[in-house]
Amino acid sequence: MRLSDEERAMRDGAHGEARRWAIEQQIAVGEFFDAEDLVAITQVHIHADAEAVGVAGIEFLEKMLEEPAEGRRFAVPVVSDPRGADFRRASELNYDQGLLANEARLRDVLAALGVLMTDTCIVYQCVLPPVRGEHIAFGDTGSVIYSNSVCGARSNYEGGPAALAAAITGRTPRYGFHLSERRRGTCRYGFADPPRHLTDWGAIGALIGRQQGSYWEVPYIVADGPAPSSDALKHMGAAMASYGSTAMYHLEGVTPEWREGALEGDAVTIGRADIEAFYASFAPSREELDVVVFAAPQLSLYEMQQLAGLLEGRRVSGNTAVLVAVPPETKSGCDRLGLTAMIEASGAMVLEGVCFYQMHARELGEANGWRVLMSNSTKLVNIISGYGYEPVLASMRQCVESAVAGRIVR
Amino acid sequence: MSVQCLTGHPGIGPAVTGTALVAADNFSARYDLDRIRGVFSRPSHKLFGESYVDRILVLNAAKGGVATAWMLKEMRERRLAPLALLLNFANPIMAQAAAFAEMPLIDRFEGDVTAALKSGDRLEIVPSTGEVRVLA
Repeated sequence: MRLSDEERAMRDGAHGEARRWAIEQQIAVGEFFDAEDLVAITQVHIHADAEAVGVAGIEFLEKMLEEPAEGRRFAVPVVSDPRGADFRRASELNYDQGLLANEARLRDVLAALGVLMTDTCIVYQCVLPPVRGEHIAFGDTGSVIYSNSVCGARSNYEGGPAALAAAITGRTPRYGFHLSERRRGTCRYGFADPPRHLTDWGAIGALIGRQQGSYWEVPYIVADGPAPSSDALKHMGAAMASYGSTAMYHLEGVTPEWREGALEGDAVTIGRADIEAFYASFAPSREELDVVVFAAPQLSLYEMQQLAGLLEGRRVSGNTAVLVAVPPETKSGCDRLGLTAMIEASGAMVLEGVCFYQMHARELGEANGWRVLMSNSTKLVNIISGYGYEPVLASMRQCVESAVAGRIVR
Repeated sequence: MSVQCLTGHPGIGPAVTGTALVAADNFSARYDLDRIRGVFSRPSHKLFGESYVDRILVLNAAKGGVATAWMLKEMRERRLAPLALLLNFANPIMAQAAAFAEMPLIDRFEGDVTAALKSGDRLEIVPSTGEVRVLA
């Protein structure tokens, strides 16, 4: 890789051990992907929940904190992905105390390093959306695919250590979606029927995503009808990324680079039958529901309003827990607007700054006797079976009806 | 005795020798593994129930989210990690994870690596050159 004088000095240790570590990580990854150089970035979104980071990662971060402040100071603003616990409500969820202690250690060291603890996966909806052409280092697959596709910004998937390295050097290796030639469509898709709700958008994202052979594919999607909402594209992108390791798509006539990314030829068409078959593929062993989860991605203000409307004046079953995950900034708004109170009057619990699969889901499931889980998140139902759950996918309305009934309502 | 040599793109991490665990399926540490017990835990995965500890995992593509970037290091520290990864297609997360954990990784082979190798093969892998030698 071609390095500037400053970058060579970082590699040689002239700017301290933290910058030496950071740029060596970036050189290793850059050379793996044949990057020619590093590109300056403007902001970082770092994924770091304690279940993923582990004790080894926490100790690594604590050791970094011992470095002189000047040598580890972040070059650009850094915001955080969701935490593994909402400490205000942890006792109600029967958390393991050791896991909570790790969460607290991790929270404290991230904040001490200079991370702005936004604790959200939807930075593009509630922090600062990137703009077209902006090179960034985002570390949540959902925030990457939305930023690349809908905002026209440029990011690869930057896992926690890579995001940390980017924060420290202010750069990232220039490969993949930082390059115009990697952002062109590689496969063409169409919808036969318009999606009916946000979960349909997620299902479409999953159906496209699971057909992608690798990270380097860029679906080019043709769809009639009005432009979808930010929430629709959020659900579609998050599912596509989850099922496909997909980091970018184009939606003809909607996303900002669709002309540059255009792909002619026959399209793979996704119809209603495909979507219904996808829903039917989630078949738990029993109808009684243990937990209903609204998360992954965290809910926007509009989704919270919709959920509050569906739950207003109703009571969820005593046998079914209902968890709702929102960013702290959105939670504040919902508190002020009365939406939190409407939702929690039903017996549901609004959690801030977390996402369910990042909440030590295996241990929570064992502690609370949760196995059959329903969600309107296509991403969540993809992840959670590996944690010992039997997931069911349904619309927000069906999730609410099922939560009230305490069993799956089809 | 070397009977076969595969070549991929030069990779990351040190050279190692070990035993292959192979499947024509994809990989994410968060989605697919019980990292406490050291086994594949995703029911739909072709290696469901198999121990991955100290095996050279040979799989198709990196899938899923970003968590693997942290997880491989923790898994190594707890001695519940694969020995190395051979993939047809890594994504940035696998490369970042390998760099952070100093775990051998090679991808982009000349053919389908999951078809060229089988579980139980003894392998010597050399990431600096992208070479994989089947020893037995």
